[in-house]
Amino acid sequence: MSDNRKITVNALTRVEGEGALHVRVSGDQIESVKLTIYEPPRFFESFLRGRAIEEVPDITARICGICPVAYQMTSVHAIENALDVEISSGVRALRRLLYCAEWIESHVLHIVMLNAPDFFDCHSGIELAEKFPDRVNDGLRIKKIGNRVLEVLGGRAIHPVNVRVGGFYRLPSRDELTELLSDLRWALDAAIDLARWVATFDFPELNIHCELVALQNDDEYPMNEGAIASTIHSPISVEEYEQHFGEQHAPHSTALQSKRRDSAAPYFLGPLARLELNQEQLFPAARKLAEEICPPIPLRNRFHSIIARSIEVVHALEEAIGIIEAYQPPPEPFRPYQHRESEGCAATEAPRGMIYHHYRINDDGTVASSKIVPPTSQNQLQIESDLRDYLPRLLDQPDDIVAAECEKLIRNYDPCISCSTHFLTLEMERT
Amino acid sequence: MNKKRLGVFKFASCDGCQLSLLSCEDELIELAGMIEIVHFLEASSRVDPGPFDVALIEGSITTEKDAQRIREIRHQSKTLVTIGACATAGGIQALRNWADHEEFIASVYAHPEYIETLSTSTPIADHVAVDFELRGCPIDRHQLLEVLAALIADRSPRTPRHSVCIECKRRGTVCLVVTQGLPCLGPVTQAGCGAICPAYDRPCYGCFGPAAQANCPALSTHHLAGATTETQMVHALRNMNAAANVFQIESDRLESGST
Ligand code: SF4
Ligand code: SF4
Repeated sequence: MSDNRKITVNALTRVEGEGALHVRVSGDQIESVKLTIYEPPRFFESFLRGRAIEEVPDITARICGICPVAYQMTSVHAIENALDVEISSGVRALRRLLYCAEWIESHVLHIVMLNAPDFFDCHSGIELAEKFPDRVNDGLRIKKIGNRVLEVLGGRAIHPVNVRVGGFYRLPSRDELTELLSDLRWALDAAIDLARWVATFDFPELNIHCELVALQNDDEYPMNEGAIASTIHSPISVEEYEQHFGEQHAPHSTALQSKRRDSAAPYFLGPLARLELNQEQLFPAARKLAEEICPPIPLRNRFHSIIARSIEVVHALEEAIGIIEAYQPPPEPFRPYQHRESEGCAATEAPRGMIYHHYRINDDGTVASSKIVPPTSQNQLQIESDLRDYLPRLLDQPDDIVAAECEKLIRNYDPCISCSTHFLTLEMERT
Repeated sequence: MNKKRLGVFKFASCDGCQLSLLSCEDELIELAGMIEIVHFLEASSRVDPGPFDVALIEGSITTEKDAQRIREIRHQSKTLVTIGACATAGGIQALRNWADHEEFIASVYAHPEYIETLSTSTPIADHVAVDFELRGCPIDRHQLLEVLAALIADRSPRTPRHSVCIECKRRGTVCLVVTQGLPCLGPVTQAGCGAICPAYDRPCYGCFGPAAQANCPALSTHHLAGATTETQMVHALRNMNAAANVFQIESDRLESGST
């Protein structure tokens, strides 16, 4: 094997959106690891300027077809924060229901179709289905039920139409929701089985200490709100996010990457971080399951992400069932509000990690400026750093195996490259 | 029968349209048995070279390299189908076509000099011949299945060209224009979604693009006579299908004040 190696994955597969990986090795030294995002930028922040705040959730949804609810939720919460709109408790519960449905749909897609194939040397979920038809079929059925909830409450699963500032356009009737219960109950049992199966996979050991960041909430497993908690630093409020975290646009980087302003170390978001920081808030079945299958805290092995995701699916199903069982339509679908000059922000938990939005609003109710920080731009530095730690043990393998193993590691973060509102295209500059 | 070779390709987009294929939970496995998935990065790490019997194209053209890439895909594909508003009309990112591109970039990036994109977002049909266009942001999965079934059977796909209004009537939804005077784009928007928005008490915002024979000026005149302002009407037309021909002509006309 030559001393200087360049290992390239030209097109990452089974991730959402498109990117590449470039690794340069000299002898046994890892010289550089670059995750290249070649999604062309789509300039959302720019064209939101001047649009009415009422249009924002429909526009930001289009940032990502995999987690449109995360974008819609974060937008409306941030705008409501700016305008001091207090949503009703009933609307709040329905928003959690919508978010649960997206977690179910997105997580199960990732578990069964994108991630699990890696543990069985399959190229796709479809190939996996040849080996484990029942598992894959159950997974697809659970996913479909998540989509069904999105369709009933949101109008459709991808880019739902029912979310608006202040609440929803139309409230579902009790019957519309309770009809979903029997399917959801089946899905809960199936998801517990699925999680138990996932826990039996053969996981590579990759224990890397780093800062985990997730929302934290005294009353519930975090989705729509909470303080920004960390395994290293004390919690901060969402309002303080930009004081502590910033985006950099480095010449050799292909994306705006987030990091703590006062530290060079990256941080890590997503299901493992959420679970580590919020395990006590899991609903009973999920909690029991976590005690049974979740590796002990601290959760440091990146390959265990799929276990965390499976536990979160169970939690989301339990919570969805609870919300629907208790549902009484609130008195009004949305709270009225007044336009005024203001600014506000919000952070929520997208399936793949925390997402932050900030808006300044003009007195006529149009957007003056916006800032959108998707989860993947926050995880990107951590992914590169983890690859650097993982690579040395792979180096005695041929290039194609190294490349395939790196790709497997990357899938653990469920990177959602489409949601790179402002990731940019750039050839790597080599020195 | 030889299985049809399928390629799914992504350009500037949100992934939502190709996700619609993975959202055909009931049909996916069966479908995979009837076609050969040759290139579908989001779903499979087995990536083989063309040619393709069917290429599904998601996303719009926003870089010089992508303009080149779509030409190569066209060369290798017997039938090329665009899926969604991005591929068919340029998508929401076509809003840049109205903006100062340099300023757009500078407002997001600290180092604008590292960015290389075209100042426009254009539909696939501006670059290569397209055999069939599937509308929607996102596409409707039943329509997608109809297209795939047709292509497998070597027949032309059938999707309606009439307006969302017809679907509202079918669904039994009370008209929002007549009863509440809301600025609905249903009368000029192509059917396919099943008239979702009006059923959720909100006006259609045109995500399936213009219907055949859409009369946009007449609709603007109607809405502007009510409580809708010109800016609201322009914005309604400038969403995911802003650069679709008749929507673009109408929003430009309204903006230039020639009403
Ligand atoms: S048309 Fe809409 S749903 Fe489809 S890729 Fe484009 S933005 Fe996403
Ligand atoms: S009603 Fe209009 S905006 Fe709503 S989903 Fe249908 S075509 Fe799209």
